[in-house]
Amino acid sequence: MHFDAANLLPILPEIAVLLTAAIVLVVDLYIDERHREVIHGLTLIGLVVAIALTGVVGGGATELVFAGNVVRDPLADLLKGAILVVSLLVFIYARPWLRDRGMLVGEFYMLGLFSILGMLVMVAANSFVTVYLGLELLALSLYALVAFDRDSSRGAEAAMKYFVLGALGSGMLLYGISMVYGATGSVEFGAVAEALATQGMENKVLVFGLVFMVIGIGFKFGAVPFHMWLPDVYEGAPTPVVLLLGSAPKIAAFGLAIRLLVDGLGSLQADWQGMLLILAVLSIGLGNVVAIAQRNIKRMLAYSTISHVGFIFLGLLAGTEQGYAAAMFYTITYAVMATGAFGILIILSRKGFDAERIEDLKGLNERDSWYAAMMALVMFSMAGVPPLVGFMGKLLVLEAVVRIGFVWLAVVAVIFSIIGAFYYLRVVRYIYFDKPEEDAPALASSGGVRVAMSLNGLALLALGVFPATLLALCQSVFGA
Amino acid sequence: MGFEKFLFYVFAAITVLAAGMVVTRRNPVHAVLYLVLAFFSSAALWLLLEAEFLGLVLVLVYVGAVMVLFLFVLMMLDIDLATLRAGFIRYLPLGVVIAVVMAVQILLVVGPGNFGAEQFPTPAAAAADVSNIEEVGLLLYTDYVYPFELAAVILLVGIIAAIRLTLRRRPGTKYLDPTQQIQVRKGPDRVRLVSQVSTAGLREEQGARDVAQSQEDGSA
Repeated sequence: MHFDAANLLPILPEIAVLLTAAIVLVVDLYIDERHREVIHGLTLIGLVVAIALTGVVGGGATELVFAGNVVRDPLADLLKGAILVVSLLVFIYARPWLRDRGMLVGEFYMLGLFSILGMLVMVAANSFVTVYLGLELLALSLYALVAFDRDSSRGAEAAMKYFVLGALGSGMLLYGISMVYGATGSVEFGAVAEALATQGMENKVLVFGLVFMVIGIGFKFGAVPFHMWLPDVYEGAPTPVVLLLGSAPKIAAFGLAIRLLVDGLGSLQADWQGMLLILAVLSIGLGNVVAIAQRNIKRMLAYSTISHVGFIFLGLLAGTEQGYAAAMFYTITYAVMATGAFGILIILSRKGFDAERIEDLKGLNERDSWYAAMMALVMFSMAGVPPLVGFMGKLLVLEAVVRIGFVWLAVVAVIFSIIGAFYYLRVVRYIYFDKPEEDAPALASSGGVRVAMSLNGLALLALGVFPATLLALCQSVFGA
Repeated sequence: MGFEKFLFYVFAAITVLAAGMVVTRRNPVHAVLYLVLAFFSSAALWLLLEAEFLGLVLVLVYVGAVMVLFLFVLMMLDIDLATLRAGFIRYLPLGVVIAVVMAVQILLVVGPGNFGAEQFPTPAAAAADVSNIEEVGLLLYTDYVYPFELAAVILLVGIIAAIRLTLRRRPGTKYLDPTQQIQVRKGPDRVRLVSQVSTAGLREEQGARDVAQSQEDGSA
């Protein structure tokens, strides 16, 4: 048996992230307490190198490597790039928070990098084994990160809930995978799809396995009725961890859904369409309505995530190239929005104080009008106000749904979006029309954070006005 | 074939019974011991499948190492059984209904119609000179080398996470430092002479104090 080194080319971004994590692991042991910030620099360099490598090895025809366990296609390239860029922003925002609380330690960066590695593996997987291992790598790193603040009992409780429900979700997914493996005799997506095409739809086992897989995907996305862990985890985990957990993993979860449902079980589309339909309607409805009742902004954003997941499912269930491209556009832009929202919460926090209530945003305009504008952009975008990118995403998804004849579904989604606009606009009201609390100090943030946040906020505007580039990329992935 | 089938049913029945005991035992230590039994009989099933190496590894690694460690941890923990069982009766009816419905559904699908012997004909027995270890090793290090490396990274994450969540430097911890221990010199470090007041002297002092006490009481 001869190993072809060309196998390594498509996974160069993954190798770069793994090497960075390994270097951080070793450097952290020998570095002096005062020079801890070096780890931060190393991590950012590693991520930039990984982004560059994604661009270098990306493009061109689809290749299968490692005996069909890994695939490099336009989908993997684009999702990897998006995950890495969003993660770069996450680490930039997280630094001041960690430094103020004495948590700027190597473990945060290592676990963060390993979770990114897990996401990269997931979106480039071509077999059930690889996709599952990537998912577990991501999930295990996140469980530990949620409990990262060891002295916080809320964090420990949130981690426990996340761990138990996450393990349940993984178990469901594995059970579904075992059924499909039993019926088709293969764990590789290409071979599974081929076996499905020849067997046709008679085999009940496949649909049975599919149900469990959809449940597993629902757990990982946090779609209703598998959303219970989401608000508690968002509320209990440290804000930088919520930032990491609420942004890039959604892109990875989208990759997981596409790989399993479209690449693997594409010919069962008629079956999973109905399942996703239920999840989507429940998520959009419950997410938007319950978010109104939240006073804690992290919980509010958790329910908002649930409603956005519903929209992503709407695009997926359309089952057309147009629908997949719309869902992908929505997922990537949502990740950018979520990064901005949690980034602002971190900027508002300071030593001994975490911005958690909606009231903490009161009068942000008077304290720092630039950040207030950025937060307003994020909120308007999440609400789907034109010309921001949130509007474009919703429009594309709804168009795809209407094209397949589900007009009523689009109407339901629009109605709940309008209900949801209430709580986003309430935040904007607090920012602009309320006085800041007396004892609120001026916001202290470094130049790097300000530049990153400006890029993040303005990207929402730019992508909304000129959506063509990203949209064309998403469409070219699915050949629409 | 007949004897093999008989063996299969014996081991399968033991596995299922043991698994049932794992989830119903009151005492967690008993539950773990039943889990060991379940692993053991599954290993026997794997032997029947001609997966001898995997069967032996299951016994060596899981029964020999993982479960023993698990037992240790369980005996160290102070588990309050009463609180663990508090919600048991309350949730029992609902749990039983869901379990029965799911079991029936699973049986309908995973029945002989879909997974019966006619769907999966018996594969030809492997030749006598086929080495299990070689086959597993070849697959692991060629076709599945990528997942194999990923599993290694997952273990690394487990180590880092465990250390981060539990390692604390406590200032008051008492521990022995072997490098200091072996540097002990014979004379001054091992024996220390302490000047001690003799017990006879102590007793006299005590007696004098008692007398003074009683005189004080009398005068009052």
